Amino acid sequence: MIRRRFLALAAALTVATGLAAPLQADDKFIIVQSTTSTLNSGLLDAILPQFTAKTGIEVRVVAVGTGQAIKNARNGDGDVLLVHAKPAEEKFVADGYGVARHDLMYNDFVIVGPEDDPAGIAGMRDILPALERIAQSAAPFASRGDDSGTHKKELRLWKDAGVDPAAASGTWYRETGSGMGATLNTAVGMNAYTMSDRATWIAFQNKGDFAIAVEGDPALFNQYGVILVNPEKHANVKAEWGQTFVDWLVSGEGQKAIAAFEVDGQQLFFPNAKEGGGS
Amino acid sequence: MQDFGAAFGLAFDLILSGNADLAEIVLLSLQVSLTAVLFACLIGLPLGAATAIFRFPGRGALIVLMNALMGLPPVVVGLFLYLMLSNAGPLGPLALLYTPTAMIIAQSILVAPIVAALTRQVVADLHSEYDEQLRSFSVGRWAAIGTLLWDGRYSLMTVALAGFGRAIAEVGAVIIVGGNINHVTRVMTTTIALETSKGNLALALALGIILVGIAVAVNASVMSLRATAARAAYA
Repeated sequence: MIRRRFLALAAALTVATGLAAPLQADDKFIIVQSTTSTLNSGLLDAILPQFTAKTGIEVRVVAVGTGQAIKNARNGDGDVLLVHAKPAEEKFVADGYGVARHDLMYNDFVIVGPEDDPAGIAGMRDILPALERIAQSAAPFASRGDDSGTHKKELRLWKDAGVDPAAASGTWYRETGSGMGATLNTAVGMNAYTMSDRATWIAFQNKGDFAIAVEGDPALFNQYGVILVNPEKHANVKAEWGQTFVDWLVSGEGQKAIAAFEVDGQQLFFPNAKEGGGS
Repeated sequence: MQDFGAAFGLAFDLILSGNADLAEIVLLSLQVSLTAVLFACLIGLPLGAATAIFRFPGRGALIVLMNALMGLPPVVVGLFLYLMLSNAGPLGPLALLYTPTAMIIAQSILVAPIVAALTRQVVADLHSEYDEQLRSFSVGRWAAIGTLLWDGRYSLMTVALAGFGRAIAEVGAVIIVGGNINHVTRVMTTTIALETSKGNLALALALGIILVGIAVAVNASVMSLRATAARAAYA
């Protein structure tokens, strides 16, 4: 009797909390492997509802670093890839994992740093001399260190500046191995310079006394691309819906939605798709 | 730090405003973690009790293994499960990646060793206490498992709660196999990680406060269940 009541209570608890509700609504959706900057800035939350309202296709976003996003898409764990590392994207398509790459939008990278500016780079426009100064003054610099699009870009800039930051790893050059937001938190915490895409920086809420130190060099250009994962490599890819999404993003309507997205009155992404044309 | 005060204020605002997104996330967290604990108990209770009562070759090694697996790193479980469930992996055709089901599997793997190892200890202690009585009633070893599990039910509730604590608090596994997809696989811990990365530290901390509140509520309801059952037993 007691035992039965006890078990009945336990069963009721279980049913009430877990198994009664359906665990997933299996409807019309695609998975987009994307980068943290598009999600953390709020862009995707702003434009995706417009696409879903028009087409009835739900877009599920997995936001990781560009390196991991590409790796996941290679495994077929996504229908569309939306990242920002053009050479890696072109390789992805050349290797047959993507159907075609489309330019989608751009913004730029900025170097942010503490108010007291230990390397004396605030207000500089040219990125390479600024990086040289950071290295010479051994001012702390927080690197993503996670094979993301931003990290790849940063490494290329160090190389162009003739500095080998790996040699200083653990001293003034600090690799966090985390996403942009986590790296910004770390940089603010230890008064280190870091490189961020402008969108994540503007939307970031824990700036402390940090401000943009270097901006405006054409070498800091940051291009985003969108690619449909190749259904010939992975039969599970929802090619039709994925293509609908890609087409919408590069269409006038999608481009307008991207341009209309603002944080604090600032436009964060600038659409530059060539309609109908891949690269 | 002004963030602490702001966090408590935000936590109250969020609860009082009945935020629909928050309710959805809280519900999914409970659904995933409680279901995982249920499955972990279905595996861990019999396994732990059997290990306590039966003598068989390799028993010592199994006990060491169960105890060691209590410390399984969630991120490793997440990675392992991702490789299994990925479309390029052996279980890809099941299409479980980035679903709550994948998150339940991950947390079940994390919790099952905790339930099994602690159950073994609870049942072994009871067994040494009741061994002679069980023999005098000539209760077989299989029947003894059921009897001892029932006798140890209050301790085993604490075992299940320990497992629940592990499940509801972990982020490393569910963020990899769930993907932290809004309205689909976003739970409390992955939301906290996301808000932290956006620099919304006060909001992240507020969500943390709510998560602790949920853990307290679950523990309190299990304790009251226990009290009800105990009263009924002596009524």
